Amino acid sequence: MTLSAAEFGARQHAGGKALPEGRMVIDPESGGDLLEVSMGPHHPSTHGVFRMDVALDGERIVRLKPVFGYLHRNHEKLGEEHSYLASMPYTDRLDYICSLTNNWAYALAVEKLVGQEVPERAEYLRLIVGELTRMQNHILSVGFLIQDMGASGTPLMYGFREREKILDLFEALTGSRMMCNYMRFGGCRVDATPEWLDGVRKVVAGMPAFADEFERLLCTNEILMARTQGVGVLRPELAVSAGVTGPALRASGVNYDIRKVDRYGIYDRFDFKVPLGEHGDVYDRFMIRLLELRQSIRILEQALKDVPGGPVMDPKAKIRNFRPKPGEAYGRIEAPKGELGFYLISDGTGNPYRYRVRPPSFVNLTVLEDMCLGYSVADVVLILGSIDIVLGEVDR
Amino acid sequence: MLGEGILKGLAETAKNFAGSYVSKERLTTVQYPEERAEHIEASRVFPFLVYDGPDAFAGMRCVSCQICEKECPPKCIYIEKSKDKKPDYVGKPQNYPVRFDIDISVCMSCQICVEVCPFDAIKMDSVFEMATDNRFGGLLLDREKLLKSNEYYHSIHPTEATEVDGRLAEEKAKVEAKAKAAAEAAAAKAAAEAAAPKTAAPAAAPAAKPDAPKPTGGAE
Repeated sequence: MTLSAAEFGARQHAGGKALPEGRMVIDPESGGDLLEVSMGPHHPSTHGVFRMDVALDGERIVRLKPVFGYLHRNHEKLGEEHSYLASMPYTDRLDYICSLTNNWAYALAVEKLVGQEVPERAEYLRLIVGELTRMQNHILSVGFLIQDMGASGTPLMYGFREREKILDLFEALTGSRMMCNYMRFGGCRVDATPEWLDGVRKVVAGMPAFADEFERLLCTNEILMARTQGVGVLRPELAVSAGVTGPALRASGVNYDIRKVDRYGIYDRFDFKVPLGEHGDVYDRFMIRLLELRQSIRILEQALKDVPGGPVMDPKAKIRNFRPKPGEAYGRIEAPKGELGFYLISDGTGNPYRYRVRPPSFVNLTVLEDMCLGYSVADVVLILGSIDIVLGEVDR
Repeated sequence: MLGEGILKGLAETAKNFAGSYVSKERLTTVQYPEERAEHIEASRVFPFLVYDGPDAFAGMRCVSCQICEKECPPKCIYIEKSKDKKPDYVGKPQNYPVRFDIDISVCMSCQICVEVCPFDAIKMDSVFEMATDNRFGGLLLDREKLLKSNEYYHSIHPTEATEVDGRLAEEKAKVEAKAKAAAEAAAAKAAAEAAAPKTAAPAAAPAAKPDAPKPTGGAE
């Protein structure tokens, strides 16, 4: 059975019921036969359960439809059903690699809603755990990108080795390695001990050596350069108009980092640079992450010099019976993957009237087809890896 | 030269490979069932109920106020309140849970029940080897399985447990001092009315405890 491109698109949109694998369709533009391949759903340990319906002309990608929703957990509706506090542990499960930045964005949105102040020490702790999260996310995303390329194991395991140290710190502070549930409206749940801060100093001091090692291992590797340079180019105009944020946007050369734009928290006190790419290809997105890793080390070195004392929780902040006045607020931060925002509408009751998440990887995924068109099947895997998606937050 | 970058990378892996024989830092894998990673004090897995003293039932701190049941995000706690009362740690009669079930197949270890508990009755455990072949009954912890002693709590979270003990002792001392003061006042009043001084000093009579203050927070 053959289908025209228009029919193919209509079938795709109509019920989401894709054609069986390997069915031939005719593309009027090329005039030749197209092969439709269903890539995925991948195993959750790769990038999450994500499927791509790809139409191929030979090796070349002619059309690509992302199919997602396999990991949908009703996050936003649950947020409307639960109290403000009860949504906090659920935010851990959005981007399950960076639970602390998710906590931060949600806490920021609620604090904006009620006009809650955060004590100085809590701001420092938030920044420290936030930057540690960014570091481990970038290490992991680079490792998985190389893994997708076929270098099974080595670079990813080197990354895991370093990430483990950061996760141990998270466990010592928050009690959990990945589902941290650490921040509260008006501060943080528990205080950090001086020993914990010393542990962070030790890990941060060892990080530049790891970054050097990683760069020597990967950055000049000819195979990696041949596979990634000039592949999956994202033009800056398209990136801006599609709302792409985070390392994927900066790799295209657009200087937009919410840490610099909004200066939320205490980011204005620290001196750091925003690395920018030139070509917007996979290699640039890979390099940007390694460069941001170094900037995070720089921020942490400055922040750890003098962490002020004092409470970590505003004593006036309420934990139970938390009822904000009617109103709305949008809190956003620069999460490791891009702009993570929470939009809340309060109607004066204990639950938000509307609870909306703006997940960075969901928006970054919208340009996947534009980045993949014209490249080969093997490149699609790389391009997908370079966007750095986590399906927990795409599907919510 | 083409291939230089690859050689550089290989040198790095060779360094790691050789280093794994000499440097302890590079041997990061813990051979789990035989070896175990060091216990991290703050680590949390599933909740348990704390009791004081030797008897689990008598020393049960939970007064079945059901705040945790209400606040639990995935609603994995089920409590049945008692009809009768038993004395709590300050001697005030309080309800107790006839049934206290936690379905740990639903629990997500978020610790919100611990945070909202005004009686320090529910705390986080650190036992993670809970695999069972019974998916329903085996993962539903009842009151008897949940109740663990204060000594056990001290053994897994020493800093936190000491802090809680201090807070409870302070609370108890405050209650006792107030009861004592009230008893003394009552005795002095009675003595003044009788206008006949008695020789016996009015000690803290437990029977005369007019209005013992509510413990922190209090049930709603």
